[in-house]
Amino acid sequence: MITLIDGSEASLRKYLAALPGVDKVGAEQRAAMLGTRSIKTTSKSWAIDMAIRMVDLTTLEGADTAGKVRAICAKAVHPDPTDFSVPSVGAVCVYNDLVKIARESLNLNGGSHIPVAAVTTAFPSGRASLKVKIQDTQDALNDGATEIDMVIDRGAFLSGKFGLVFDEITAIKEICGNRAQLKVILETGELTTYDNVRKASFIAMLAGADFIKTSTGKVSPAATPPVVLVMLEAVRDYYLQTGMRIGVKAAGGIRTTKDAIKQLVLVNEVAGPEWLNPHLFRIGASALLNDLLMQRMKAASGFYSSSNYVTLD
Amino acid sequence: MDKNFFEYAPAPESRALVSIKAQYGLFINGAWVEPKTKDKFATINPANEEVLSKISQASDSDVDRAVKAARAAYLKTWSKMPAKERGKYLFRIARIMQERAREFAVLETLDNGKPIRESRDVDVPLAAAHFFYHAGWADKLDYAGLGINPKPHGVVGQIIPWNFPLLMLAWKIAPALATGNTVVLKPAETTPLTALLFAEVCQQAELPAGVVNIITGDGATGAALVNHPGVDKIAFTGSTEVGKLIARSIAISGKNATLELGGKAANIVFEDAPIDEAVEGIVNGIFFNQGHVCCAGSRLIVQENIYDDLLAKLKRRMSLIRVGDPLDKNTDLGAINSAAQLAKIKELSASGDTEGAFRWSPDCQLPSKGFWFAPTIFTGVTQSHRIAREEIFGPVLSVLTFRTPQEAIEKANNTPYGLSAGIWSEKGSRILWASKALKAGVIWANTFNKFDPASPFGGYKESGWGREGGRHGLAPYLKGAK
Repeated sequence: MITLIDGSEASLRKYLAALPGVDKVGAEQRAAMLGTRSIKTTSKSWAIDMAIRMVDLTTLEGADTAGKVRAICAKAVHPDPTDFSVPSVGAVCVYNDLVKIARESLNLNGGSHIPVAAVTTAFPSGRASLKVKIQDTQDALNDGATEIDMVIDRGAFLSGKFGLVFDEITAIKEICGNRAQLKVILETGELTTYDNVRKASFIAMLAGADFIKTSTGKVSPAATPPVVLVMLEAVRDYYLQTGMRIGVKAAGGIRTTKDAIKQLVLVNEVAGPEWLNPHLFRIGASALLNDLLMQRMKAASGFYSSSNYVTLD
Repeated sequence: MDKNFFEYAPAPESRALVSIKAQYGLFINGAWVEPKTKDKFATINPANEEVLSKISQASDSDVDRAVKAARAAYLKTWSKMPAKERGKYLFRIARIMQERAREFAVLETLDNGKPIRESRDVDVPLAAAHFFYHAGWADKLDYAGLGINPKPHGVVGQIIPWNFPLLMLAWKIAPALATGNTVVLKPAETTPLTALLFAEVCQQAELPAGVVNIITGDGATGAALVNHPGVDKIAFTGSTEVGKLIARSIAISGKNATLELGGKAANIVFEDAPIDEAVEGIVNGIFFNQGHVCCAGSRLIVQENIYDDLLAKLKRRMSLIRVGDPLDKNTDLGAINSAAQLAKIKELSASGDTEGAFRWSPDCQLPSKGFWFAPTIFTGVTQSHRIAREEIFGPVLSVLTFRTPQEAIEKANNTPYGLSAGIWSEKGSRILWASKALKAGVIWANTFNKFDPASPFGGYKESGWGREGGRHGLAPYLKGAK
């Protein structure tokens, strides 16, 4: 891999300062135009199945229990119990104290191939000492998480301490090692500008992220099309510079099949079709899965079924 | 990577939304009449060369009928009607255009060859917006800063081009009617259908007979309209060549004229530009509407120190342009409007090859029938190349470079035209400096091809006389207003 920075904060700053700005009006206009793509028939069916495979089926509530986690794990393996041709989802995403239950439950349901992702580093705020963040991550790994969704320190980013943000990511990356892939949550709703989203994306990639992820799902706006567009441009440009393909995870606010297909169009036309697979693009969601299932049933039967025909979890 | 998704399954808009008559007459004095000579010519779909309908060739005597109808309507009804009432008709027309938007969009795409995405999202909504905007002006002309109680000219002769048939009709008819003039309008020979559908809208809106007359035909019809002594004012959009002919022929007649002519716009990208959005702006600037845009950004002038990066990104983006069936909702680049225009584009592009510029196009499959030209860029272009000087009016971009901001401005202004220009920079002071130094009627900063009815449009030098749109666009339709 080509070295883009030498590890010093000065070289990181220099690299970030050289990134071109993002024009807000232009980026939003491009995202809106791609939102008018009309995806029909065979392309739509392909997109629905791909979107299901890309879902990180998520439950991140204070009220989460073992029962709730078991329920989403069963659903993750066979999203539609009446139709086993529906593919499994990309991963199950839970808090770190529920990783063990998720792992066992997936294995019991024949889902040993489905990774468990854990949110760590004092998710969602990230306001804790590095020591705590490391322990948080270590616990998740020990319990069998193979994907770590960490949050960046937005306070540090907004006060210009880019080196601190970078160092935290490398610290977590070091613990993940080869045991887990690292998704770095930028929380774009708190970064607020597209320029910041671009800078934070590059900090995360330079520090060793396997995925850059939009949001925690706890802050709105989250994975808006222009935000995802800017992040997809970042992974594309990083690939052109280094030959390494970093993934993107869009999380928060993607609730309908239409929203999901718009995301796939963005992936296709911004990063490129090479990114159109669950290794390089994920959608963090809970409610989305049922809408995808209902659209899939409609494509097969020609009729919209009632929501009673898809499972609650 | 899955080819099936990347290619997107066909998503055609329904052609059944429009019913095209086998032939059309002329719309004079609120009714359809046959031309005196019975001459008809075909209008075709440039995407597949299918004949859509037979159109009437208006002769001198038909022009005379239309002008007399417009004069009678002016004297008897339109000039006597309270301004508030005139405004109501314009609002009504605008609403009907919105109601029939899909019909207009499909018809425009069939007759013109432009992608349905553009006719649906740009041409038709903007045309309706022009009527809404001018409807509001009708009873407020006293407050437009154009004198107290300004008076219309009377009968206006209007000739419009084939690149935005309905939108140019709206740019012409809306201000003319709002200011109290009556109209004889001639659409372009290759794209008359939406103007003829607009005639139906006038009937549906119960616009008094003769206020709007629509006559079809070729250049001879246009010449007859320009030279008719009963016409008080000419409004023309089209080529600089024809604009000069019109200026000559009315020189001693005392007729007023607005001319909106050609362009060879510079799109200047400075080193501190937002690069990804600049690439979008370049693509939008030259490939929007197949480059059939008078204000198209047909000269890309890029700072040398970012040239390699920008060009790589531009080529990558160009390879995503979807060329094909204009009725498909995912098509980005449609058909060239006519065989004659395609021949012009080919001839001028060939001069780029022979003069030493380098041609590049992405791989793209062009349909076998119809008129098509792949999105193309020429690099290594210099100021002395024909492709840097002459208007191509097609999807062909000439790429030039500059070293200092001063040089960029000099190159941009080194043209007989002066319609539009684009500036790409994240530095506000540079944008303000450059926009002052550029000799162009419309200057876009960090965007391109943005239109709004409230914003005046028009050119410097050989790009035309007068302004259309906004308060400025009312003046040419009012006596003594500047």
